[in-house]
Amino acid sequence: MADESAAKPFYSVLVLAFVCSFLVSGAAIGLRPLQEANRRIDMKKNILRAGGLYETNKPVDALFSSIETRVIELASGEFIPEDQIAPESYNQLKAALSNDLSRHLDRKEDIAGLRRLEKYSLVYLVRSGTGIEQIILPVRGKGLWSTMYGYLALDADLKTIRGISFYQHGETPGLGGEIENEQWQAGWAGKKMYGPDDNVSLQVAKGKAPTTGKAAQYQVDGLSGATMTAEGVNDLMHFWFGDHGFKPFIERLQKSGGING
Amino acid sequence: MAESKLELLTLSILRRNPIALLILGICSALAVTSQMLTALVMSICVTLVVALSSMTISIVRFQIPNSVRIGIQITVIATLVIMIDQILKAFYFDLSKQLSIYVGLIITNCIVMGRAEGFAMSNPPVNSFIDGIGNGLGYGLVLMFVAFCRELLGSGTLFGAEIFQLTTNGGWYVRNGIFILPVSAFFLIAILIWVLRTLDPVQQEKE
Repeated sequence: MADESAAKPFYSVLVLAFVCSFLVSGAAIGLRPLQEANRRIDMKKNILRAGGLYETNKPVDALFSSIETRVIELASGEFIPEDQIAPESYNQLKAALSNDLSRHLDRKEDIAGLRRLEKYSLVYLVRSGTGIEQIILPVRGKGLWSTMYGYLALDADLKTIRGISFYQHGETPGLGGEIENEQWQAGWAGKKMYGPDDNVSLQVAKGKAPTTGKAAQYQVDGLSGATMTAEGVNDLMHFWFGDHGFKPFIERLQKSGGING
Repeated sequence: MAESKLELLTLSILRRNPIALLILGICSALAVTSQMLTALVMSICVTLVVALSSMTISIVRFQIPNSVRIGIQITVIATLVIMIDQILKAFYFDLSKQLSIYVGLIITNCIVMGRAEGFAMSNPPVNSFIDGIGNGLGYGLVLMFVAFCRELLGSGTLFGAEIFQLTTNGGWYVRNGIFILPVSAFFLIAILIWVLRTLDPVQQEKE
């Protein structure tokens, strides 16, 4: 060991801290553009997956070019013009943490366990010809351990589910983590989000969903061994497609019969 | 220590395995072994970190004041881990998403600190580097064994490829839920330690 004077520890720790901070900040800043690009591609991939538009061997950006990204105000359901909030730079999850761009949810409203809800949300529109073919909406909510993040695509009738994807969660792998299972997700396609009375009627069943009968079109399979996760998925759907979520937006779209910004 | 460089490398794999003999690094061995792929990446990352941190610390070992040596070791290790995490996020995004917080947790992996303090502080850089690689391989071997059992019995797959078709996918294999949960790694590691110490009684602790 080196001979120790009182100043030596300070001096060596200083040098070390300087060298290490230089390395760490260099790596963080130098690699940030690559990391950001990865994150964006991953997000787009999941939006495409929810809409059933994803193809493995095609570049994500090319596939995504058919999708129009817009910002809406959740409470009124109105589109926000691009010059007010640009969709490319709007970070919805960050907005949910800021005081100006979000509001506190009280316990009765907050069935999805979000605590705070942003005022504006991103929506993704897939157009075909003059009308819309489907809309893809970001959703999130508490499962058993973690917040689950996903996208849900609705058909042009704005009631029928086209597809669903979850891209981030910390549920138990193999149990709650099965929300990532593509076969389970495939079971959502064709189910109805809203019933005839325009209330959210979709339910995540306990166990297998019935295949016949009146309720069948409103029920998706549960996850065996993951009751809490399945309940979380159920609750987050009820929240995001209810009055505090996208319902005003969907009603507005239905009334206007199309998308006119 | 009068061990050749080759011995330094190989001894740590079975006879002086960090998990089986030293019982270090158990925490991450429970966390990342539900799938073989994550276990493999974790093993590679840990091997790199142990080898590089041991070498770095060994190079500067005469400059490290005794009173703050633990802090300095941790700083070196943390720097390496953060850099590996950043590189993974930039070039292997999908993997880094799967590993998520576990990469950061390499910092607290006892093997890294254990080798830095127990070996690198008193041995030359090349030996420390080899010792790090050896320990990383030993750690990786146990991880792969545990992950093999857990992924096969818990999910019916190996490296994500289907081996047993699960009932949830229309097959015949009912997954064994306990192998999905981290507790199963406890049993598997315990069985492994038992087998190793029976085959090689030198590893047994003296009464």
